[in-house]
Amino acid sequence: MPMHMESDLNRFRKIVRGKIKKELRRFISSGDLIARQGKKQVTIPLPRIDIPHFQYGSNEQGGVGQGNGEVGDQVGQGDPQPGEGQAGDSAGQHSLEVDVTLQELAEILGEELELPNIENKGKKNLEDKQYKYTGILKQGPESLRHFKRTYKEALRRAISSGNYDPENPVIIPRKEDKRYRSYRVYNLPVANAAIIYMMDVSGSMGDEQKEIVRLTSFWLDTWLSTQYAGLERRYIIHDATAREVDQQTFYRTKESGGTLISSAYRLAQKMIEESFDPAEWNIYLFHFSDGDNWSGNDTAECMKILEGQLIPAANLFAYGQVESRYGSGQFLRDLQKHFGDTSNKITLSQIKDRDAIVDALKTFLGKGK
Amino acid sequence: MHGYNTQLTPELAEVAARLADAARAAGLDFFDTIFELVDYKQLNEIAAYGGFPTRYPHWRWGMEYERLSKSYTYGLSIIYEMVINNDPCYAYLLRANDMVYQKTVIAHVYGHCDFFKNNYWFSKTNRKMLNQMANHAVLMRKFIDEVGQDEVESFIDTCLSLENLIDIHSPFKAQPKKNEDQDEYGRPKQPSKIKAKSYMDNYINPAEFMEYQRRKQAEEAEKVKGFPENPERDVLKFLIDHAPMSSWEKRVLGIIRDESYYFAPQAQTKILNEGWATYWHSKMMTQIAPLHESEIIDYCDHFAGVVASHPGGLNPYKLGVELLRHIERRWDRGQFGIDYLHCDDPKTRSEWNKNLGLGKQKLLEVRRIHNDITFIDEFLDEDFCHESKMFLYDYDRRSNRHVISSRDFREIKQRLLQQLTNFGQPIIRVVDGNFRNRGELLLTHSHEGADLKHDATLETLKNLHRIWKRPVHIDTLFEEVKRRISYDGTNHQIEKI
Repeated sequence: MPMHMESDLNRFRKIVRGKIKKELRRFISSGDLIARQGKKQVTIPLPRIDIPHFQYGSNEQGGVGQGNGEVGDQVGQGDPQPGEGQAGDSAGQHSLEVDVTLQELAEILGEELELPNIENKGKKNLEDKQYKYTGILKQGPESLRHFKRTYKEALRRAISSGNYDPENPVIIPRKEDKRYRSYRVYNLPVANAAIIYMMDVSGSMGDEQKEIVRLTSFWLDTWLSTQYAGLERRYIIHDATAREVDQQTFYRTKESGGTLISSAYRLAQKMIEESFDPAEWNIYLFHFSDGDNWSGNDTAECMKILEGQLIPAANLFAYGQVESRYGSGQFLRDLQKHFGDTSNKITLSQIKDRDAIVDALKTFLGKGK
Repeated sequence: MHGYNTQLTPELAEVAARLADAARAAGLDFFDTIFELVDYKQLNEIAAYGGFPTRYPHWRWGMEYERLSKSYTYGLSIIYEMVINNDPCYAYLLRANDMVYQKTVIAHVYGHCDFFKNNYWFSKTNRKMLNQMANHAVLMRKFIDEVGQDEVESFIDTCLSLENLIDIHSPFKAQPKKNEDQDEYGRPKQPSKIKAKSYMDNYINPAEFMEYQRRKQAEEAEKVKGFPENPERDVLKFLIDHAPMSSWEKRVLGIIRDESYYFAPQAQTKILNEGWATYWHSKMMTQIAPLHESEIIDYCDHFAGVVASHPGGLNPYKLGVELLRHIERRWDRGQFGIDYLHCDDPKTRSEWNKNLGLGKQKLLEVRRIHNDITFIDEFLDEDFCHESKMFLYDYDRRSNRHVISSRDFREIKQRLLQQLTNFGQPIIRVVDGNFRNRGELLLTHSHEGADLKHDATLETLKNLHRIWKRPVHIDTLFEEVKRRISYDGTNHQIEKI
């Protein structure tokens, strides 16, 4: 009996994909998905993809049940019995939850935002070799001899040729009994892209601003991780001084005080020098701020670091300016003035609110760098 | 299936044969039953296909499969038994189940097979449905090759949206005989003549009179008649006969209709059918071919799961088996007839015993002629209602919950019957296929207390329009006002009527 479930399943998945694509903008700005993120997949709630009928509404109807209880007692809503086609028994519409791998999600994102695939800087992928013992061979070095299998073969031969004596169970393996472990070489990808996230956590960056940064970074991450076999992430927060933190802290910290953007850039520069050789790594720098730098001098300093060290080393430097109530937004203008259109390694975007995240993603990743 | 053996193990085959003999000896009469031993993945696949190994390609099988696999993975539900109405019957056993479970399922399956074969409501179903389904699949694939998968699949979606618009009683209605001299409405084509010898004909049936007759008939025909003449429950048939569809579309809709009719009796007899199978597996496992003592605890555990009552839902297994046992007891003790029904004294009633022993005979009769509605209508009495603790629940808007609203026998029975009417589907008829004399289609919904689900109704109208290709309307009661909901191809319109 042949089965065709695989193709039906694929048709269904295709429909699901279409639905996700349609709803993608809403997902991007709502942040629903981040909470549902597992290690390799995301659970996405979708309205049930159902075929409509002339049918009774479900929820408000009553029905007949069996059990104890007084009039007025609450009835627990069990799941409807499978196959029970009675109107009163279906307890509300369940929304459909589909598991989508991050890979697939990124593909959908790429299709929807028409993102180009990233051109590797021309460096070879870094790969590590790993040896795994997976098989058995008849030849091999004695050091890899598989004792148990060898013994089994010898025993089998002894029994079948009638030489086996249970009273005196001596088994002498011959050459043809010997079995050896064999290995295969696997290429393991090694991280070859690094993202350095930098965020301004000065007093003027509120919770909503940070949420926007978080959402944006999630999608940047999702996309970049499908483009590279391995991805390293570093997080820097700064006000007047900069420090490296872990991911949790990055999104949670609220500091007050002034802003010296150059401090973050200097730290990033140090990081690159120490751990990420630009000749081997694809380096991404994302900086989010409300654009309120402390002084013109510091801004000049920033430009110098960017021009001299960071930009030559990086694949992409992206600056996202999050609008806040206090920020002047000056830094974006300064960057624009300084760099103009001269370098295609720089992308600048203003993220006014959550709805603007989609456009920011497009600007950041649209260059295929 | 998938290259490996789905035959029963010798041990299971022996059990199946032994139980079959025992069941036949006990009075069951069923088609030969072929069991297949499958793993949970295959079982989920088959279940997603509605029990059939081959169905036409469609995404919703995939959706169902994913749902089943997920609930299996999370341990939310396992499929208890699966058997299809076919000659021979096919049934599936889950490889991983223990022996007690297998025995129980086999006995349960024989109950179903007996029901399929003997119940009147199944008598018109195609007993070679396994082949038919495979043929449908071949046809659909042919259409897919001709016009493309997207096109066919989306048309299947459209048809499925209307699949419940059938007349469950139509298989039992005699087809009106076609008369050569009559037109499609049963009127004579020629004006009737008075019999006369040929030379007298011109005098007895003068030409003017014949002409007059002809004219009168033509006028009559003008006046006629609704189209369809009487409101038509089998909306799908009406569409196949009259909607402007290409030939492959007609065939597809025909396939969907066939399958709908095939599955309808199962929805119509859910309680009775499951009750019957449960009654028999319990009887076989404990009396006819009793389990070993060491197996009884496991069996009881399974059985308790099968007849567990779910809060807020009605378990058809439980209701069915309890009502059948109630009937058996009543007929064994002679608790029927005018004297018993008129007896008001609870003590006399409960001690009523004429030792007639007619229970088994009565049960066989019940399984032969009843469906859920008639079963409940005839046998659900006040005693049973109280004994089995039935209640009515309703939605409480204030607390946003369902609460028990009554334990009154009459109300409970009425609601139950109402829900079973037309296998739980709204009753919808075609009343006019040339509405407003503009070829529009008018349906009516007989409101039975519950409104149609509004958003689904709007979507379904769209699908109906896709087939009818002219504006479509449905008259229904919505929020206690009579309304006509229309779709003209671009917009929906709702008006009071």
